[in-house]
Amino acid sequence: MPNILSHGKVIDDHWILLSDEDAIPAQGDIIVPLSTWAAQREVLLAREGAVSVLLDGQDEVETIADDLAHFPMIAIHFAKFVDGRGFSSALLLRDRYHYQGNIRAIGHIIRDQLFLMKRCGFSEFSFSAEIDLHAAADSLNVFSESYQTAADTAEPLFRRRR
Amino acid sequence: MYTYDQYDQTLVDERVAQFRDQTQRYLDGQISDEEFLPLRLQNGLYVQRLAPMLRIAIPYGLLSSRQVRKLAEISRRFDKGYVHFTTRQNIQLNWPQLEEVPDILAELASVQMHAIQTSGNCIRNTTTDQFAGVAVDEIEDPRPWCEIIRQWSTFHPEFAFLPRKFKIAVCGSEEDRAAFLLHDIGIQLVKNDRGETGFHIYVGGGLGRTPVIASSIREFLPQKHLLTYLDAILRVYNRYGNRDNKYKARIKILVKAWTPEVFAQRVESEWQQIIAGDKDGLGELTGREIERVKTCFTLPNYKIVDQAEADAQLAALAQDNIPFARWLSRNVRDQKQPGYSAVTLSLKPAGVAPGDVTDRQLEKIADLADQFSFGELRSTHNQNIVLADVLKSDLFDLWQLAKADGLATPNIGTINDIICCPGGDYCSLANAKSIPVAEAIQRKFEDLDYVYDLGDLELNISGCMNACGHHHVGHIGILGVDKKGEEWYQIQIGGSASKQAALAKVLGPSLSRDAVVEGIEKLLDVYIEHRQPEETFLATYQRIGMDKFKERVYAEHS
Ligand code: SF4
Repeated sequence: MPNILSHGKVIDDHWILLSDEDAIPAQGDIIVPLSTWAAQREVLLAREGAVSVLLDGQDEVETIADDLAHFPMIAIHFAKFVDGRGFSSALLLRDRYHYQGNIRAIGHIIRDQLFLMKRCGFSEFSFSAEIDLHAAADSLNVFSESYQTAADTAEPLFRRRR
Repeated sequence: MYTYDQYDQTLVDERVAQFRDQTQRYLDGQISDEEFLPLRLQNGLYVQRLAPMLRIAIPYGLLSSRQVRKLAEISRRFDKGYVHFTTRQNIQLNWPQLEEVPDILAELASVQMHAIQTSGNCIRNTTTDQFAGVAVDEIEDPRPWCEIIRQWSTFHPEFAFLPRKFKIAVCGSEEDRAAFLLHDIGIQLVKNDRGETGFHIYVGGGLGRTPVIASSIREFLPQKHLLTYLDAILRVYNRYGNRDNKYKARIKILVKAWTPEVFAQRVESEWQQIIAGDKDGLGELTGREIERVKTCFTLPNYKIVDQAEADAQLAALAQDNIPFARWLSRNVRDQKQPGYSAVTLSLKPAGVAPGDVTDRQLEKIADLADQFSFGELRSTHNQNIVLADVLKSDLFDLWQLAKADGLATPNIGTINDIICCPGGDYCSLANAKSIPVAEAIQRKFEDLDYVYDLGDLELNISGCMNACGHHHVGHIGILGVDKKGEEWYQIQIGGSASKQAALAKVLGPSLSRDAVVEGIEKLLDVYIEHRQPEETFLATYQRIGMDKFKERVYAEHS
């Protein structure tokens, strides 16, 4: 089982990531592409095991806004680490739709993005590259303050300055 | 000027530590080139043709003498003893060592400076008028708003990986000296019927390959909503801007594709949702914060001066001293405080790359600022330095000292005050050199009587179509092009970066380097023959059109 970072800790990952061509297994917690969710929603809800949806860069969070209660976790895929769309997706899930479950970044991400990603509401990180996750966890806390409001702070710094 | 409190200082200090760690991991082979690229760019570090280049932020162009001395020291210790002022009010070091960049950043942090987000696909330094706070035609000082935007944009978690770079300019006066209509977001300070200051918001301006003048999307935005509205614009751009083709990735392309009306609606709808979700209005700027930042930009203790008497004394001095009179007429302007002037130190003497200054000159500039302008100075997007708040009775002394250090060339606003990008001498993207062209033009037009007779004339040179030298908005623009491996130059005329912004039009086939100066001379001949009294080059062009210029330049070629 591959490891991931979850809330700053290295844990074993039990989620199975499916592509849109994979058959849906009867059991186990699975992550499916948005297209699979749209096409097989009833099947996915009827089976045993939890379901999570994978949003690609161009997928709009608005399309799953009414379904969020079904997902204990939402995965956001980065095809390239410089594709910043997933940052907006995560922040919208937290701020606009008040999503409380885990938000996981999957794919080409780098540890130097973790601080900003955490601020946007990501709680889990699954790297496509083999990296030292314990060391990477240090990057979650490189700054002790932030100017802006985000998923982690409702008040911008200017309301907290003293 | 704005001074850091413990929060601001902590953030830049932590940034230095972060980049030190990243640089070490890169040197240890733990970060690939591809992955290190945005990390170093967002700390100002490019890899150029000859060496790395470090771009240091000068927020909205404002510097203290202490900071300038530090820059001099840095350029001596870590570089070749000179710095380059850019067209975005920043400075560049052309020869730093990658290994030493964290130390340079630490030195900068010790004087409340940084290189954060001076490059890369993120929100860049916010720019404004070099005469902010003293301009006669000012509606309100734009600098507090620039600082508020600086803080909001610094490490903004959502917008660190935009489709492309993103530039914001704020204009606080009647006349535009910030070229705000040529920015991704242009903000014009305006007053409503009740006398309250708010913002007229424009989006989608920019130079580069596809030059566009920005479109208005909101005529009056109340102060407290500035940051939430900027969030809305950036979010729409971050989500829907083109990420497949870097030449189509600027916000101007999205605005054009959707039309400004549709873009404005999308922003409005996003913004309404942001506000609706923020029930307690926590994202709104507070009056307390606006006041806190404004009080950093309080005016110095001006003396009460008899304006008429000061002017009379100056006139008397100028009468006996033609060089001083020339400098007064080109490099000095009145400011709104009576008895005081704003002085432009020219960084464009012939023979020096426009915007380059040595460490010694930087120290002299710092001394002049301490002696004459309350220890503050401003960089300009025309690549010069402004000392504001100079007592008129001090101008003669200031002139003599500046002249001794090569900082008093009386050419501001003339054909010799060329805006010029680093071009092929330094920049790996260049099609052609730009600095030697600037120099050839300055050498050709050395006769000051002729230059003054030409009056206000903006000549801008870029070494390629990325347009760092703003050639599209020069009255005369020169663009380096590549013709089968040779360096050629396309001439454009009729551009303007003022509020009546206009993009220059191509004159005709490009010219070889040798033919450029002659071509410019012919353009000027046509102007002199056709101008009406008091008419500038630009105005004559607008009246008589392109043909006469074109015919003259290409006469013997046809
Ligand atoms: S305009 Fe081109 S040549 Fe000049 S600095 Fe910009 S990228 Fe380089």
